[in-house]
Parts: sequence; structure tokens; C-alpha cells
Amino acid sequence: MIEISNITQTFGKGRDAFTALRDVSLTIRENEFFTLLGPSGCGKTTLLRSIAGFVYPTAGTIKLQGEDLLTLPPYSRPVNTVFQSYALFPHMTVAQNIAFGLEMLNQPGAQVKSSVNEMLALVQMTDMADRKTSQISGGQQQRVALARALAPKPKVLLLDEPLSALDFKLRKEMQIELKRLQTETGITFVFVTHDQEEALTMSDRIAVMNEGRILQIDAPRAIYDHPAERFVADFIGETNFLEVDVLSVEADDATIKLTSGATTTARRADTNSATGQATIAVRPEHATLSDDASALLRGTLEDVIYSGTDTHYHIRLQDNCRFVVRKQNHPGTMEAHTVGHQAGVFFDRGVAQILRD
Amino acid sequence: MAAQAERRWLLLSPALLILTFAASGPLLIVLVYSFLEAGDYGGVKWVFTTDAWFNVVAERDFFDETIKIADAHVSIFWRSVKLSLMTAVAAFIIGFPTAYFIATRAEKSRDLWMLLIIIPFWTNLLIRTFAVMEIIRNEGVINTLLIKFGIIEAPIQILFTEFAIMLGMVYVYLPLMVLPIYASMERLDFTLVEAAYDLYGTRMRVLRRVIFPLVKPGVIAGSILVFVPSLGAYVTPRVLGGGKQLMLGNLIELQFGQGRNWPLGAALSITLLAIVMIALMFYVRVARLEEPQHGQ
Repeated sequence: MIEISNITQTFGKGRDAFTALRDVSLTIRENEFFTLLGPSGCGKTTLLRSIAGFVYPTAGTIKLQGEDLLTLPPYSRPVNTVFQSYALFPHMTVAQNIAFGLEMLNQPGAQVKSSVNEMLALVQMTDMADRKTSQISGGQQQRVALARALAPKPKVLLLDEPLSALDFKLRKEMQIELKRLQTETGITFVFVTHDQEEALTMSDRIAVMNEGRILQIDAPRAIYDHPAERFVADFIGETNFLEVDVLSVEADDATIKLTSGATTTARRADTNSATGQATIAVRPEHATLSDDASALLRGTLEDVIYSGTDTHYHIRLQDNCRFVVRKQNHPGTMEAHTVGHQAGVFFDRGVAQILRD
Repeated sequence: MAAQAERRWLLLSPALLILTFAASGPLLIVLVYSFLEAGDYGGVKWVFTTDAWFNVVAERDFFDETIKIADAHVSIFWRSVKLSLMTAVAAFIIGFPTAYFIATRAEKSRDLWMLLIIIPFWTNLLIRTFAVMEIIRNEGVINTLLIKFGIIEAPIQILFTEFAIMLGMVYVYLPLMVLPIYASMERLDFTLVEAAYDLYGTRMRVLRRVIFPLVKPGVIAGSILVFVPSLGAYVTPRVLGGGKQLMLGNLIELQFGQGRNWPLGAALSITLLAIVMIALMFYVRVARLEEPQHGQ
């Protein structure tokens, strides 16, 4: 649906030049909840703004259903944006804000009115229609911003960290709300966030970005379970990194030898086919503590940290690396291990992921 | 509480003193003088009369004592109000895009642009007015160039016309329009402008529906700041109007100088003040109507 090809974006000239996007290409599908995830300054907002038309890429093309978007000014692109600051017009009421885009499209008055009412109902703001935007709460402003952007029925809705100003509980509610709106309206959402949990919760697919590049595009589960690069593994969730020796490679897997000498099977990142030195990632909750001979790694238990839903066991391995195992808590069970205890670590075959160099 | 109230008066006293002696006092004198009889060689005679006020708008025929409207005064009033309004409008037409231009520059260069607007403002009024004269007079820059390029044969009379006065006042008071508009414009959240573009607003519609309503306080302030001094302008009409196109300021000066009719001058001054007050009240009214108070 949206085809972004080889987008490069440079700001400034000469010594002050700053490259925000480096040769970015991706395809966003119809009716998809697509998330651009990355730390601040990674270029995700710049990419969103170039789809909206607020910045013009230095090189590359953006097509929407085959139509070249870059030849169109922002007001002719069938995309709407929900801004991080909401950008509601302070001199208009809630209803007037929602009507704005429809009026700009020269829709007849009656149609505007019915669309506004429909949108007010969709975001449950009917009672607030005649309020000024300064007289409603942050969460309500968020809903109005959504309704305003959805009212003209855009082909794509762009959302620039819209939940970042909300408190934790409201943010959780809005995550579900957003997903519901996306399903109900059938509009393609392109969502920008630096919050990995938000991305995992809502997205159909996630593009992880860093320093102006796209590192991996995949479904949330694939991104989490099989990160392709060290940055992706590190940015999303917690991860243990281990230096290993790749002994042999098969179709999707590879046989690896850990520093302890134990061998197991690890998943292979698509481009990585070499044997020899490599880094693997293992999620703390994918590993278990093991006292028997099956343990792949051994070390000393340094810290036991209780965190409500689960307990984190920090183990200093024999090669002096640190490894974290996470175990979900159950009522009545006490921590079986104490600090200083010699512990073994086990994880299933195929759990470890070999990372791209 | 009593001590606090005392302290408040103490803090207010410098402002009160200035208001009493520098503003209210002289104003009271002017008001009193307007009800006195003119002295033979200027000054006043302490005899109560409403002649001065009568003479503001009417005059008695020298021979048969019939009363008729003082056409000269009325036309000067009309010219003053008309030229001041036109000046405010012209200053807005030039000042608004200027302020927009400056506000949308990179932060670093904005101060420089503002300085360029303000420097003429720091220059002596008389010098600036004579500079305008130099440009528009018959042998001035404009006419010389137009003749040289064969566009016209004889110089166009610009100087000593109402247009010349307006031109001069626009030039002199333009910074008073640009500064408040720029101040509102700088506070404007340009994400709102982006949002309006994003919602299918074309340039002109975004300007009309979003930018203008949000910087309107600055536009109103700028219009008042240009209109009020234009109404009482003295130097500009004197120099560029050449004594033929009088405005209120010149008429008042005339009464205190050659005319030797201080009470009439005083009455005219109060009238000028009244016009300004009416204009201000009108603006306040408009501003209130535009911003309906919500019950919160």
C-alpha cells in the first residue's frame, strides 16, 4: 500500500549537515497497524513526516497505492496525522476541530455534521462537543485529535507518539482503544513510538530503527523471539548476550558451542551463514535454572531480585559474563536459590538466536 | 491586613504620583481652559464660556450672526480619521506578511530581522519624514527615475497630498504594527499550522482559519498602536502635507500658535482624546465579542 524506496533525508548543509534517514525502504500493507520503533533521534518521526509531507526527502520515492506522494503538497495527500502534542486548534470547540478537515474538503454542511457526530460517538466524546479544547483533559484531547484525523477517512493515519503524554493507566486504555479503532475503521495506521511495550502490544508489524536505518521488520513475536541484530535484541526487552562458536550451519539453525563447552542448537539470522565466532541472544524468561547435568552454563548466583510478577536471578558465569534468568512467581513458593549458591542455566534448543554482525 | 494595605499603597505611590501630576493634572487644566475665554495675545481670561466648544463644530457668521457648521473643522476631523484608518490598514497589509516572514525565519536570524525593523524607529522622526519627502518630491528619487526612463514626462505630484501624509505615517508607524504581530506570531505553535495543512487546508485557508485568528490579539494591538498616534500626528502632515492638508494635530497647534485661541485648542484636544477613547472602546468591545466567556 505504501511503498517507501531508498529514502534519504539530510538536514542542513556542509559541516552542520545531519542525515536523519539513510536509504530507508519498506512496504506497509493495507489495513495494517505498522509501528516504527526506535530511540529518539533514530529517524522514525522524520520518516513519518515525510509521508505526511512536512519534510521533503533528499532522495528516494514514496508511493501510496501506486501514486507518487512526493509530488503532492501535504494538503493534497490522503493521509492524516495525530500529533504528539495533539495540535488541537485552541480557538475552536471540540466539534469544530473535528469538522475542520471535512470543511477544508468542501463537504456539504449536513454531511460534515453527521460525520462529526459519528466521530464524536466513535471516540466517546459526544457530551464534550461544544467544549473548548482547553477545557478537556489530556486523555480527552487525545481522543479529539484522533477523531479529527479520522474524520476525513484518510487512507493512512499517521500517529506520532500520541500516547507519550498520558499517564500509565490511561496509556494502557488508549493502546487497546487505538487497536479497536484501527480494526473498526479498517484504516492503515503508521504508528511511531520509542516504547517497545507499546509497539509489541498494538502492532501487526514493527520496523525497528536506529541511526536513520531500518534494522528489522517483523511481527512483534518474531522481533521479540528472533531479534536479528544486537541493537534490536537490546532495545526490545531484556536479553543475555553470549559469545559462541558456530560449529556448523543447517537451513534455519546452527550448532553452536558455548564457552562452557556445551553444545546446543540456535536459530540463525537470515544473512548470517558463516561458522566461527558469533554472538547469541537468550531472553531471561526463556532460560531456566537447573541443578542437574543438563545445565549448559554454570556460575555463581550473585543477586536474587523480586519484582512482583517474577524473580530475576543474576548469575556470574565461569567466564565472568553475567546471565539473567527470569522465573514467574507463584503464590506460596519461596525462592529456591540463595545468593552465593552454585547454579546451572538451561535453555531449550532453538531458543538462542544468532545475531547479525 | 491594615499593614498589608498600607504597603500596597506605598508600592503604588510612584505610579499614582506620575498619573496624577503628569497625566490627570495637565488633562484637567486642558479641560478647564476649554471652558474659558480666549486671551487677546494667547492665554486665557478667567471667564466661563462654552464658545470654544461651540466653535469646535460650528461658526457664527461674522456679519449676520447666522450659525453654520464649521466646514473646515469637520473636513479636518474627517481627514484625520480617514487617513489614520487607512494608515492602520496599510500598515497591517505590509506589517502582517513582514511579521510572518520574520517569525518563520531560523531563530538565529530573527533578531537581525527585528533589528532592521526597529533601527528606523530609533531614528529621529523629523529626519525620517524628510527622508520620505526626499523620495517623493517632484525632483525626488521616484519622479527623477520615472522621467529618466521615459515613463512619464512631467513629475507626478505626490508631495503635499493626502497620500503623501499616509505614506509618511505608514513608514513612521509600521514598527508599531510589526512588533505586536510578531510577538503573537512567535508564540504561535507552528504544529497547528502543520495540522491545518495536514487536514487539507490550502495556504490561504490556513492563514484565514488558523493563523489569523490566533494572532488576532497582536493585530488588534498593532492597529490601535498605529491608529492612535496617526490621529494626533503633527510632524508628518506638517512636512508632507505642506500646510495644505491639515490634520487634527496641526489644527490644535494652530490654535495655540497663530490662532491665539487656547480655549478652542483645548476643546479640540479633548475632542481628539474622545475619538481615541471611542476607538479603544470599540476595539475592546470587538475583542470581547470574539472571545465569548465560558462558564468555567
